[in-house]
Amino acid sequence: MRRKYSLLALLFTLTISGVTFAHDNHSHSDDHSEVHHVEKDTRTEIKETIAHHLKDSHSFELFHGVSFPLPIILWDDGLHVFMSSAFHHGEAVAESNGNYYFMDHGKIYSTDPEGTLVYDDHHHALNDKPLDLSITKNVFVVMLMCLLLFFLFTALSKSYRKGPIPSGFGRLLEPLVLFIRDDIAIPNIGEKHYKKYMSYLLTVFFFIWFMNLAGMTPLGINVTGNIAVTFALALITYFITQFTANKNYWGHIFWMPGVPVPMKIVLMPIELLGTIIKPFSLMIRLYANITAGHVVLMALIGLVYMAGNVLASGAFYGLTLFLGLIELLVAFLQAYIFTMLTALYFGAAVEEHHDEH
Amino acid sequence: MEIPAIVGAGLVVIGAGFGIGRIGGSAMDAIARQPEATSKIQTAMIIAAALIEGIGFAALFAV
Repeated sequence: MRRKYSLLALLFTLTISGVTFAHDNHSHSDDHSEVHHVEKDTRTEIKETIAHHLKDSHSFELFHGVSFPLPIILWDDGLHVFMSSAFHHGEAVAESNGNYYFMDHGKIYSTDPEGTLVYDDHHHALNDKPLDLSITKNVFVVMLMCLLLFFLFTALSKSYRKGPIPSGFGRLLEPLVLFIRDDIAIPNIGEKHYKKYMSYLLTVFFFIWFMNLAGMTPLGINVTGNIAVTFALALITYFITQFTANKNYWGHIFWMPGVPVPMKIVLMPIELLGTIIKPFSLMIRLYANITAGHVVLMALIGLVYMAGNVLASGAFYGLTLFLGLIELLVAFLQAYIFTMLTALYFGAAVEEHHDEH
Repeated sequence: MEIPAIVGAGLVVIGAGFGIGRIGGSAMDAIARQPEATSKIQTAMIIAAALIEGIGFAALFAV
């Protein structure tokens, strides 16, 4: 039994080490041959690697040198669909139905067959951009994870046919679903109305959790660290709150009961702004937590390579391991916080009238 | 290398650390007084800490 535990502990450590090691692809190529006088170059290279890993991209790079292309879908007075391998990692001009496109810093511009780009003073290209609806890395990962979630949860629901106790993977998911219902939905929304919000709360919780966990894998995925994704989630929360709110909610915003009239007039714009700021803070909180976590982890790994001696590198490596474990906790915690605050806002929207006022 | 930005970031972290430290302290006092309410207190502590961390991060990113 003890041997099994130590084997498990070794396996766990190796897996987490894999997480930390797999973040760096490019930075170790320079450091082994040259020593201290290229410290600046290593630092800028690390910064560029970090910035590259935080951004979305049109091809999926699994690890150094191995990547697979993703379809590019453009709307430029007509639908243009081609694979991103046509760009040859940003060096070639892609041609599709007579239009020529070139990719500069991850953005696609329409250009002529030579690929000329007109730059302004800040080195931004001034060409026209077609409407970019391509399947980028983030979209691909979202679709993949949604498929995974779909299969996991249909397995759970199918296993209920055999009896009240689920079997298979459902046994892991059932306590989580009950946790969301009993500790997040019912205390915040109340017994009467929680059922209509349960599907959205479950979706949001598992979506954010699985996306955060995917960001911790070695594949350099960064879905929830993209402000567009968190903006979309916060927007849906905002719309659901506004469209399912009852008269009490609007009454409290526009004409707060139990307060003198001058105060009511002062409070109204503040409360109106509050309805927008609350989902806005949801967006910022998730984005900043996940992005900061990724940046710190990657910077620490860069420090492992920048440090002079083996002892410092070992210490930084241990710190990276420790921080990686904390980031796994943050992945769950941020999903929980987002779901809990969403449930809180829903609860405020459907609150019944109290007689205290 | 802008000094005001660095000083601002440091102040934000001081504020967030102070706030979350106080929450942790009161949570521990409350748990010591009534150990059977530990899970409720823990939940409330995590929520408050996440909210403060949220504004801390937002300010840090703005800086």
